[in-house]
Amino acid sequence: MTERFCDLALTINGEPVRERVDARKTLVDFLRDDLGLTGSHVGCEHGVCGACTVRLDGAIVRGCLTLAVQCDGASVETIEGVADSGAIADLQQAFQARNALQCGFCTPGMLLTAQALLARGGVPSREQIREHLSGNYCRCTGYHAIVDAIEAVAQARAGRTT
Amino acid sequence: MGEAPLKPAPFGFAKARSVEHAIALLSQHADARLLAGGQSLIATLNMRLSAPKLLIDINALDDLKRVTRTGDMLTIGALVRHAEAEHSDMIARGAPLIARALPHIAHPAIRNRGTVGGSIAYADPAAELPACLLALGGEVEVANAAGRRRVKADDFFKDLFETALGPGDVLTAIHVPAARAESRYGFAELARRHGDYALVGLAAAARADGTVVKDVRLAFFGVGPTPVRARAAEAAVERGEDAVAALAQDLAPPDDVQASAAARRHLAGVLLRRVALQLQGGRS
Repeated sequence: MTERFCDLALTINGEPVRERVDARKTLVDFLRDDLGLTGSHVGCEHGVCGACTVRLDGAIVRGCLTLAVQCDGASVETIEGVADSGAIADLQQAFQARNALQCGFCTPGMLLTAQALLARGGVPSREQIREHLSGNYCRCTGYHAIVDAIEAVAQARAGRTT
Repeated sequence: MGEAPLKPAPFGFAKARSVEHAIALLSQHADARLLAGGQSLIATLNMRLSAPKLLIDINALDDLKRVTRTGDMLTIGALVRHAEAEHSDMIARGAPLIARALPHIAHPAIRNRGTVGGSIAYADPAAELPACLLALGGEVEVANAAGRRRVKADDFFKDLFETALGPGDVLTAIHVPAARAESRYGFAELARRHGDYALVGLAAAARADGTVVKDVRLAFFGVGPTPVRARAAEAAVERGEDAVAALAQDLAPPDDVQASAAARRHLAGVLLRRVALQLQGGRS
């Protein structure tokens, strides 16, 4: 009951997973090291950079500030699952078209964070997009192209064009 | 894939089944810590700034996830997450000051996990919710083996990251007076980037009485080891006098890498002017 290792049963990208994990292992380390899902990146490991963003029961969270053992019974989605579903194909295309990524390290977190904003519907202002992305660092692009890409997808999804 | 080294030091893990169970676990294990949203605690584990022997996960305690209204008090359970509070109609109506502060707390992914009780218990002096609780004259509900007690916000925040909580205590809820027709609120903060901890912030509450405001409570954050009541400025606002001049008696902000003490004093005055207008303009 006060164990250092715990049995874990959860769903990851729709697939049931059962593993025994060290209680101190963070969700992002579990995804990368135990399951080989290396799309979620490990950056600062204290909640600042957003590179480890994943979905837990539908909501974006920091993979480095969530313990794997806390996800028992939960549904986790990573960039691999969300990309394969096709739900963000337009967003991925817009990032590529507008050079909204260079090294790509922040991109999985950016895409999941942006999709959480776009899922609310409507066309957010550029300021709202920047506020929503304020917890995701990009050290290459200067953010302008990222905001452009998200704004374009929001307008396209709302049935308008730039 | 080889086994990569892990950042946190080893600890045991237990899931509390009830508040009583959490209290029992705390009493049975020295060096145990409660795990709520974990958005500050897990960062300190990753950096090994803290290395408890046992983490007691209280996330399954559904009794602590409710927002309720009893008479003229609003109760927010300790495990209500920031994002839930941000979208709660009951909080928007009953505690508009808290609703206004919530979007300033960190970033969406952190607000999805972080909890109201966790923010109060952690008591970061630059955080929004401790200052809101202080401005509202709220109370913290605490359970331990001896029973339950309530601690006034004015008595709760003791020193840097130090509160009235003892080793066997579980923070279960906060209580705040629900907004009334004559309630007035103000909120403003300055941060280098949206979602960062404030360089200086101010949460305020008052009661409109004709053309003046009474019962003014100004709680600054980011200016000392705890959220700070600015009592001289409160009195000056009530008398319609120069509250910014009075502020010099209230605040002795620190110098640090983010801003000098002089800059903080100046910014506190700027925020006070804005918030005083909010209080007097009736915008709540």
